[in-house]
Amino acid sequence: MAAPSVARPRYLPRFSGLAWRRARWGYVFIAPWIIGFLAFTAFPMVATFAFTFTNINLAQAEPLRFVGLDNYKTLLSDHQTWESLGVTLKFAALSLPVAVGLPFLVALMLHSRHLRGPGGFRVLFFLPYVVPFVAGVFIWNGMLNPDSGWVNGVLEAIGISKPPAWLEDPTWIYPGLVIMGIWGIGAGMIVYLAGLKGIPTDLYEAAKIDGAGAWASLRNITIPMISPVIFYTIVLAVVEVLQYFLVPLVLKNGTGEPGGSTLFFNLYLYKNFFTFQNMSYGATLAWLLFAITLVITLILFGTARRWVYYAGEAR
Amino acid sequence: MTGVALPRAGLFGRRRVAAAGSRPPRERGDSARSFLLTFIAVVAVAAFLSPLLRSITYALKSTDQITQAGTPIYPADPVTFSYQGQDLPLLVVPLPDGTTKTLALFEPGRKASTFIDPANAAAPPITWQGSWRTLDHVWTPAPHWENFAKVWDLIDYPRLLFNTAAIAVISTIGTLLSCTLVAYGFARFRFPGRSLLFTLLIATIFLPAAVTIIPTYTVFQKLGWVGTWLPLLVPAFFANAYDVFLMRQYFMTIPTDLDEAAAIDGAGPFRILWSVLLPQSWPVVIAVAIFHLVYAWNDFFGPLIYTAGKVDIQTLALGLQRFNGIHFREPGLIQAGTLMTLIIPVVAFLLTQRFFTRGIVITGVEK
Repeated sequence: MAAPSVARPRYLPRFSGLAWRRARWGYVFIAPWIIGFLAFTAFPMVATFAFTFTNINLAQAEPLRFVGLDNYKTLLSDHQTWESLGVTLKFAALSLPVAVGLPFLVALMLHSRHLRGPGGFRVLFFLPYVVPFVAGVFIWNGMLNPDSGWVNGVLEAIGISKPPAWLEDPTWIYPGLVIMGIWGIGAGMIVYLAGLKGIPTDLYEAAKIDGAGAWASLRNITIPMISPVIFYTIVLAVVEVLQYFLVPLVLKNGTGEPGGSTLFFNLYLYKNFFTFQNMSYGATLAWLLFAITLVITLILFGTARRWVYYAGEAR
Repeated sequence: MTGVALPRAGLFGRRRVAAAGSRPPRERGDSARSFLLTFIAVVAVAAFLSPLLRSITYALKSTDQITQAGTPIYPADPVTFSYQGQDLPLLVVPLPDGTTKTLALFEPGRKASTFIDPANAAAPPITWQGSWRTLDHVWTPAPHWENFAKVWDLIDYPRLLFNTAAIAVISTIGTLLSCTLVAYGFARFRFPGRSLLFTLLIATIFLPAAVTIIPTYTVFQKLGWVGTWLPLLVPAFFANAYDVFLMRQYFMTIPTDLDEAAAIDGAGPFRILWSVLLPQSWPVVIAVAIFHLVYAWNDFFGPLIYTAGKVDIQTLALGLQRFNGIHFREPGLIQAGTLMTLIIPVVAFLLTQRFFTRGIVITGVEK
């Protein structure tokens, strides 16, 4: 992958007077983002990190002081943190295959030349993506209701006498939340679909001449060719699922019911900050989340080399 | 570096020696496949959207119907029979001879009740042994549109709608202005640090919001902005990674010839952006506008933390959550409120779905 090294660093070319004038315009135009980045990203990130070494707690009026690694010691001994992290990871393990795989399956179906009226189906499968998430939560809360929900109605109709209580049950709530999440497949589906459309058809024709069946074509052409899209979807889904908490917040009012099963990591973080007003400990949890996200993302990028194929490019 | 995934002979097993022309026509099989796949797609999309259908039926049901067991799936009212100035409910009664008959309940009793036969109202009441509560009502379809009117008043819908629309429109204007400028800067100008800054911009997509929210909130509180719209509006004027990326990708597909011609004619950078680039870019401008409108309309966390307790300045999403906390025992009203919250983004999407999906393609595939 090593590019031929050049003695002169790339960004110190001889910028002539005119080029410098153009460059200055460039900075002028990106200035809104630079200011926004400093004010709403860089400064808060550094401040959050600084908070972790202090005792800022709006609930108690202690004078501000430096507490060293106290918050991190609390973190290590706080079993709630690790339990909530366990909840998030358990949910992630269940939801990621669906969040990455289901949009792909739907996109494959929509891409098939055998499907009539693919445009209409595409719009309908995308539609719930624009439903406000609070509205989606209430709609699915009804749909999964153990007594009046249609999901259990169908299950009973096909002979399952004791269908699960879904969102009321500490075990079944995770599949319940995954089912609620399928309304968000829209964006992933569209992206996959565009990826599928970008695969040159002569690859399939060549494969067919070679005697490849549908499965072999899928495995050896479709999946490698859209691996960048799969990779992008996985990274975004991981970053998203690690932050998951708004649905349980609305669904259970942030109580963590039933039985602590919905006390997700980010919900615990949010409660430390907004409910207990313990800024410093909340900040410590936030940095833990950031570190976990960063490590997983870096691992994903590390594996990408082995399986993600960028057409004709050395990335 | 090309050729990594090009089909290699042998990858697909043995070569079959079958000339293309010798293959039998496959039209018959194709149409059967088409039918099967389309059928599967119809079933899948019906299941996928069925929660919306359930929500619509519930929004039109009376609370009476929802709280009773064994009612129809569609919105309906029990049928009554007018007898001596009273409205008697019609029930399906099994008779001793094994048949069933639709009778009007005259005198309900725990062990035995008397019924009037609507077909022969002049006849004396019929006594029936058993608990009338076990009998099924006769229903007639009856949509309860008044649920929507009730919610309209109860949550002060016009105010929430105005707040939501105002926040969405103002922050969309901010996003369009700032993202256009920033995308133009990244797409058309060379300057030291450009690729590093652009990478930094993209990296913010993957940054968990939690790591910036605590100081941001604290600063907004110190500024006295918490409890106002400002924390929801001001950041929109400083660009965001998604929309800048989208616009930059679009700008980069537009050839620079016209820019250069305009520059030779003496047009400055702003003039080129406004008169040359933007007139060619309206699909992406519409895409960003609709993206941000829907995003702002559906945002929950921002309004939750910055407008907590200030009912007058809240948005529909928050109003709906508050409403659910009060009226959770009336699912008909909850679902009516839910539909009133989602109708505008859904219609906006249906009207602009081409731009919408194209925008997602640009951000998603080209990364």
